[in-house]
Amino acid sequence: MSSENGYILEMNNITKRFPGVLALDKVTLKVKPGTVHALMGENGAGKSTLMKCLFGIYVRDEGDVILDGQAVNFSGTLDAIQHGIAMIHQELHPEPHLTVMENVWLGRLPKKGLVVDYGKMFRDTKELLERLKLSMDPKALVKTLSVSQIQAIEIAKAVSFNAKVIIMDEPTSSLTEDEVEHLFEIIRDLRSKGVAVIYISHKMEEIKQISDQVSIMRDGQMIGTWESSELTTDMIISKMVGRDLSNRFPPKSNTPGEVYMKVEHFTSIHDRSFQDVSFELRKGEILGLGGLVGAQRTELMEAVFGLRRLKSGKLYINGQEKKITSSSDAMDNGMALLTEDRKGSGIFPILGVGENTYIAVYKRLAKFLGYINLKKCVQLAQESIKRLSIKTPSIKTPISSLSGGNQQKVLFARWLLTEPDILLLDEPTRGIDVGAKYEIYSIIADLAAQGKCIIMISSEMPELIGMADRIMVMCEGKKAGELEGDAINEEEIMRLATKFMV
Amino acid sequence: MDTANSTANKIKRFLIDNTITLCLVLLVVIIICIEPRFFSFNVLRDVLLQNSTKLIMACGMMFVLISGGVDLAAGRILGLAAVVTASLGQNFDYTRRFYPDMPDIPIIIPFLAALMVCTLFGLANGVIIAKFSIPPFIVTLGTQVIAWGVNLLYFDLPPNSSQPIGGVKGSITYMGSGLLFGKIPVIILIALVVTVVVWFILKKLRFGRNVYAVGGNAEAANVSGIKVSNTLIGVYAIAGLLYGLAGFLECARTGGATSAYGLNYEFDAIASCVVGGVSNTGGIGTVPGMIVGVMIFGIINYGLTFIGVNPYWQQIIKGVIIIAAVGFDIRKNLRRK
Repeated sequence: MSSENGYILEMNNITKRFPGVLALDKVTLKVKPGTVHALMGENGAGKSTLMKCLFGIYVRDEGDVILDGQAVNFSGTLDAIQHGIAMIHQELHPEPHLTVMENVWLGRLPKKGLVVDYGKMFRDTKELLERLKLSMDPKALVKTLSVSQIQAIEIAKAVSFNAKVIIMDEPTSSLTEDEVEHLFEIIRDLRSKGVAVIYISHKMEEIKQISDQVSIMRDGQMIGTWESSELTTDMIISKMVGRDLSNRFPPKSNTPGEVYMKVEHFTSIHDRSFQDVSFELRKGEILGLGGLVGAQRTELMEAVFGLRRLKSGKLYINGQEKKITSSSDAMDNGMALLTEDRKGSGIFPILGVGENTYIAVYKRLAKFLGYINLKKCVQLAQESIKRLSIKTPSIKTPISSLSGGNQQKVLFARWLLTEPDILLLDEPTRGIDVGAKYEIYSIIADLAAQGKCIIMISSEMPELIGMADRIMVMCEGKKAGELEGDAINEEEIMRLATKFMV
Repeated sequence: MDTANSTANKIKRFLIDNTITLCLVLLVVIIICIEPRFFSFNVLRDVLLQNSTKLIMACGMMFVLISGGVDLAAGRILGLAAVVTASLGQNFDYTRRFYPDMPDIPIIIPFLAALMVCTLFGLANGVIIAKFSIPPFIVTLGTQVIAWGVNLLYFDLPPNSSQPIGGVKGSITYMGSGLLFGKIPVIILIALVVTVVVWFILKKLRFGRNVYAVGGNAEAANVSGIKVSNTLIGVYAIAGLLYGLAGFLECARTGGATSAYGLNYEFDAIASCVVGGVSNTGGIGTVPGMIVGVMIFGIINYGLTFIGVNPYWQQIIKGVIIIAAVGFDIRKNLRRK
């Protein structure tokens, strides 16, 4: 089955560049058949990019992929699947209104003449499910199934393509303990049948439990591959994070003052979201909010800003309790929220740079009947553009034609015009090239020096450590701890970020 | 070299940005070439007269489209307004009165009644769309049928029993067909005033700018402190009010009403808007553009009949224009990305 050197899959010296970023730098990954190969690294280390290059979603700039002894070059996901590589995504996208068997055979339904052969489909699916020891009715509607069952369907689908390599991207992120155990049984079964599983996860215990080899990536480079038995959790963490932090951040001159905002026992109405989170925020302080994807940091910030509903919890600003149930309440109390999803909830893509800048101050500027002095608005926009050195041909240019960094600066400008005291910044440098990042950092450092209170969510640890005065880390919706001063280091953040994970 | 290039670019840009207006001009020029008598004050007046209610209707639809919605109930709401106006605005000595025992009431009452009924319908649309997150297409499809049902029930009240309502007061018909200074139709002036007010609201008032924001990205609008629900409710209520005014004038123009009034008017309004560059996905649209859209269809109706083009062909031409104009607009915006 495997090629002469014993590997089913070899990715050699894969390089991938995005504008301004070297996403993968000569990455090599070799996987043996019948093994579970863990792929680890921080958010943004390049794991997903590597897998997308393998899967034909991205075109690699350099390097070879050798599958089963043959050089391959997939044109897209379908091509990859047909060659025996399957991927189970973190977010599953089944067709909820179709049956289990239709989901498995979608795109290649067996046909008798012109009509779909449901009999054959049923028999094939039943046999497939039995082979994987899955007790599911092939005719059940997918919307009636649990997340783990839907995941199992995806795995069954992969097996039906005779997949030799199955990539699983954080497959346990939404599973219960029992479901995880069942998934592991399926994985062990696949392994015994000679299938190679590339397993992406942040959860140390899982990795130690299920994997045979571990490959660790950092900053677009492959740090190395080890036998799982050789590694301890601490070793994995230090290999994932070790790097220097020189000159990537502007000097800071802020001095945190008295407590300005207090959040007490914030609990979401959803059980899987944030639970019982309390923290304080000082004037002139940058509070970093760390954690892995899915730690519910964004949800917590949106709740503080009045966009999500609370089961319980209190918020104090300047010692007074405030009820904030909408974004306009939050803005009335001097808050601003820079959202994580710039495209989805940040910019108005078809509106111009100017209007994108002054849109949040209409309320302040509006006179009788809501009359707005557009000249004043334009003037404000032009001042902002100058102050934040936003590069745009004119204020009428649609914001969507600007670079990510400049779009982000426009959003900063929008919020600064509202003259906020508290800025909630959710991944403020996401998707921005390195130069623009530094500019954003400078803006944040300036604001803190002016005495503004800042909360900064970031999944990039160097950024948190480089910018924050204090760091609160969340894990699975709960506050895992706070770090301050010398206690701040990547190992400690990583330990807290995985504190409640099984 | 550079300046020549940029001048060429500017011309190109101008042509691309003003294609629809140029099409309108071209259309008029062609018609005038074929039939020089088309170039006259009376023709212009007739075209404007015919399209005044359509312009007001398109103003209402424009609010809805910019907010990212659509209003299929518009025509039937207009029809209801026309019937309400006619039923309350008949001459006291007319023989077949809708309310035989009603005293002679001032015309402000039918006017306000028509506006109120329609605003309530619009308000209902807005509240359902905003508070229950049901797609506007579905909600207004429902209210379209409801508005028609209400109209039919009302129209069928004894003693009228579904007979066309006539005998509308001269003070009402004056607004529809009267002339100011013996020259300018009053209805055109009303439509122009409405258009200017709508332009002012959309361009200069916070509410108007919020409509663009909601249509452009409702998520981002919500984060930016804009009350999305209130904005949507306002949009549909204003639209209803404008359909009411258009219905009142439709009755005034024709001197009567039946329950068939307003059938499919919403499609004319949508077509005028989208041809005039109002995006059917929200966030884009200008009043001048919308006026050009209304005029294009007005000129096609009037002008092509004027030069003797078979009216059935006119339908086909209109259909082609709708698709071509929107297709062109989409390509233009794609290229800008």
